[in-house]
Amino acid sequence: MGSFRLPRFTIAAVIFYLVIQGLSLIGVLNGYYIIIINQSLIFVILTVSLNLINGITGQFSLGHMGFAAVGAYVSGTITTILLKLSPDVASNYPIFLVAILVGGVFAAVVGLVIGFPSLRLKGDYLAIMTLGFGEIIRIILNNIDYVGGPRGLLGIPKFSTFPIIYLFTFVTIVIIRNLIQSSHGRAMLAVRENELAAELVGVDTTRYKVLGFVIGAFFSGIGGGLLAHLLQIAHPTQYGFYASALLLVYVYAGGMGSITGSIISAFALTFLSQALLLGLDSLSSMTGLPFGSEWRMVIYAVLLILIMLYRTEGLMGMKEAKLLIIEEEKK
Amino acid sequence: MSALLSIQGMSHYFGGLKAVSNFNFDVPEGVIYGLIGPNGSGKTTTFNLVTGIYTPTEGKVIFDGQDITGMKSYKIVQLGVARTFQNLRIFGNLSVLDNIRIARHFKYEGGLFGSFFRTPGALREEKKIRQEALDLLEVMHLQNRAFEVAKNLPYGELRRLEIARALATKPKLILLDEPAAGMNPTEVSDLMNLIRRVRDEFKVTVFLIEHHMKVVMGICERIKVIDFGETIAEGLPEAVGKDPKVLEAYLGKGGA
Amino acid sequence: MGSIFNTQQIINGLGLGSIYALIALGYTMVYGIVRLINFAHGDFYMVGAYAAYGVFYLFNAFLGGGAPTAFLVLILAMAAGGAIATLANQIAYKPLRYKPKLSSLVTALGVSMFLEYFFSALPVIGASPRGFPDLLPKVIYKLGSAEISNYVIIDIAVAAVLMTGLTLLIQRTKLGRAMRAVSQDKDASKLMGIDVENIISWTFLIGGAFAGAAGLLAGMTYPRIDPYMGILPGLKAFIAAVLGGIGNVPGAMLGAYIMGLAETFANAWNSLLGAGIAFIILIIVLLVRPTGILGEKLADKI
Repeated sequence: MGSFRLPRFTIAAVIFYLVIQGLSLIGVLNGYYIIIINQSLIFVILTVSLNLINGITGQFSLGHMGFAAVGAYVSGTITTILLKLSPDVASNYPIFLVAILVGGVFAAVVGLVIGFPSLRLKGDYLAIMTLGFGEIIRIILNNIDYVGGPRGLLGIPKFSTFPIIYLFTFVTIVIIRNLIQSSHGRAMLAVRENELAAELVGVDTTRYKVLGFVIGAFFSGIGGGLLAHLLQIAHPTQYGFYASALLLVYVYAGGMGSITGSIISAFALTFLSQALLLGLDSLSSMTGLPFGSEWRMVIYAVLLILIMLYRTEGLMGMKEAKLLIIEEEKK
Repeated sequence: MSALLSIQGMSHYFGGLKAVSNFNFDVPEGVIYGLIGPNGSGKTTTFNLVTGIYTPTEGKVIFDGQDITGMKSYKIVQLGVARTFQNLRIFGNLSVLDNIRIARHFKYEGGLFGSFFRTPGALREEKKIRQEALDLLEVMHLQNRAFEVAKNLPYGELRRLEIARALATKPKLILLDEPAAGMNPTEVSDLMNLIRRVRDEFKVTVFLIEHHMKVVMGICERIKVIDFGETIAEGLPEAVGKDPKVLEAYLGKGGA
Repeated sequence: MGSIFNTQQIINGLGLGSIYALIALGYTMVYGIVRLINFAHGDFYMVGAYAAYGVFYLFNAFLGGGAPTAFLVLILAMAAGGAIATLANQIAYKPLRYKPKLSSLVTALGVSMFLEYFFSALPVIGASPRGFPDLLPKVIYKLGSAEISNYVIIDIAVAAVLMTGLTLLIQRTKLGRAMRAVSQDKDASKLMGIDVENIISWTFLIGGAFAGAAGLLAGMTYPRIDPYMGILPGLKAFIAAVLGGIGNVPGAMLGAYIMGLAETFANAWNSLLGAGIAFIILIIVLLVRPTGILGEKLADKI
């Protein structure tokens, strides 16, 4: 559905990067903002990868953070083990890169294992199957003492800096965008639009459903790995059912099937989340009433319900911004 | 003329309900073959059995000399059988061009890696598919709609699009499920011409289900009549049209 | 190790199963009638528990305690569960009734999140767990080497009474007939003059009331309540309903008792297995027979 404006997008991405770095250097953006931006970027990766499964291929994955958990734990375990062997590892970025990619591959394999049995099911059954698997991953991780069990995996070296996260996010967006624009991407869209018709024009629908799952899982694993190396901890509760549900809010708010929407919503909601925290904080100190952080989640929940009731298609629906793609033009 | 499609001893049960009973017939190559019968007689079920949506409880389906019984639908399509649906199944939110391009996907030689990174090889394949799709749209007089969202097309063009999409798989046999449904007389005439073109120019054997008698009698060269999953009559249109059993099936006893 | 399949475990398993049954029935009835997996259903159970807690603390002085009080608290817990369920249906589910199912599913998630975080955000309630008061004096019966709490007996008894009542309602009353009709064919029911939305409301009300009762029983038997208490039991009860055949009322009861027993035995053997058994059951069911033990095979018409 249009061609990817790679040069234009790259230029915009570079400019945005330089702006952020510049503002950070002159002190307008302090460490606090950079943290939020880093989290937003990681959420872009997570949201876009979920959108590939739910929005583009039209399946319903309710356990997406389980893949992120696999990525987080695998990459975190690799770096922490190597760190114990040699403290120099903490500045060895190639090792970090390998660890992240290995994490992604493990997540992809888990996606394959889960995808094959799950994707024979449809609709509600698929949803609860993925939910079940997500929970199983969490329970397993909670019970492996070697990676910390209920305390979580601690002491992960802080490799995730803004430039690194930014680069990963950029590459993720480019690859997924390219995929969607390609013949393979069209096959996935066909599965979403009308699975039976897709099958009857020669598309191996099972293959493409699984493929969407595996690729989505891979990038989710990358996101999880980056997150673990940002927060320096990986904990089972970060990746449970509610984290997956929250990710759904992100995808829906931006628009199921719109990469642009996912990017915008990841930034907007992450910033909104922080703003709510601050706002609730000042509300508390102003009024003296205890406004805990749970109110932030209450607002999220209400937001989700309102989106579903009044604008199911989210911000962008299935459309993309002109910056990212242009509509096909007649010759 | 050899049989392109050969149905041998095919029966199909849904639980205890017999939908198709012991069908034995051949669709010769190059023919326009019609399947008619009252509602619920098993026509669409037959199509579903041939295209692998159901696996027949008994019997065999032989296509182009190959036993395709029980094969997955997409494989059957890749071997050369295409179909349209009674209730349109267009990829509504995608463009008309995309609808066609997806039907060329199984011939796409660009790998996944190429798709991720837009390699020259992948881009070449994309260009090829795009051109093939545009050419087909032109032949089907839909080229002006190429970049429009499919669900916005008027009904008649949607039906034509679905046929075009089926043709895009370059089949040897095309199954049309009630292609004339909901059409006015002009559209029906155009459809009949189109079906003849499909057989003459595209060299595709046509197997169609229809209720519209003008279409059936006008273009079918062989007809099979079924009711309650049983064969009532089969043969040339004139003979079938006069067969008392056929008239009874449609009009009831004493309606001959 | 001794056998884990002893009398004590069996009775406890039945008690747990009773609670799951009351929750599972709500899931299955709602699914049967509107094909919606109401993720918020476990939270109706939580609301029932808190309602009981609230009622008890507010009115204990007046009521005097003992069986009559407990009975009253049960009624009020059921009323609370039913009320919140009806509200959720009216506000969040009804407007999306004829939109794609995915929207309703996600909205149910939103309702669930809302209830949990709202209850934990309210200062009066808060996120910390609370102990549940003893509504009735706790008595331990001895049966051979088994020690059985009267609470577990009450769980089984109350569940049995409610389930019997529900069965009678569904089989013998006009409302029950209407519920069965609507879950088979909404459009045909409308043509027969049934007010479909009204029947749906009743279904949510009854399902929610049962969940509220379960909340009270759970609070009493496993005396810790917190706003997130509904998540796991809700999930497990839902899996139980799937096991029995989602949409099938006897199936939900069957599945729930199997689930309760399986979990109790698994826990006795190994706590990791106990934590995961519900999901293992889910995966097996979905792989082997997704429509459940008593469910029918759904055919797709092309």
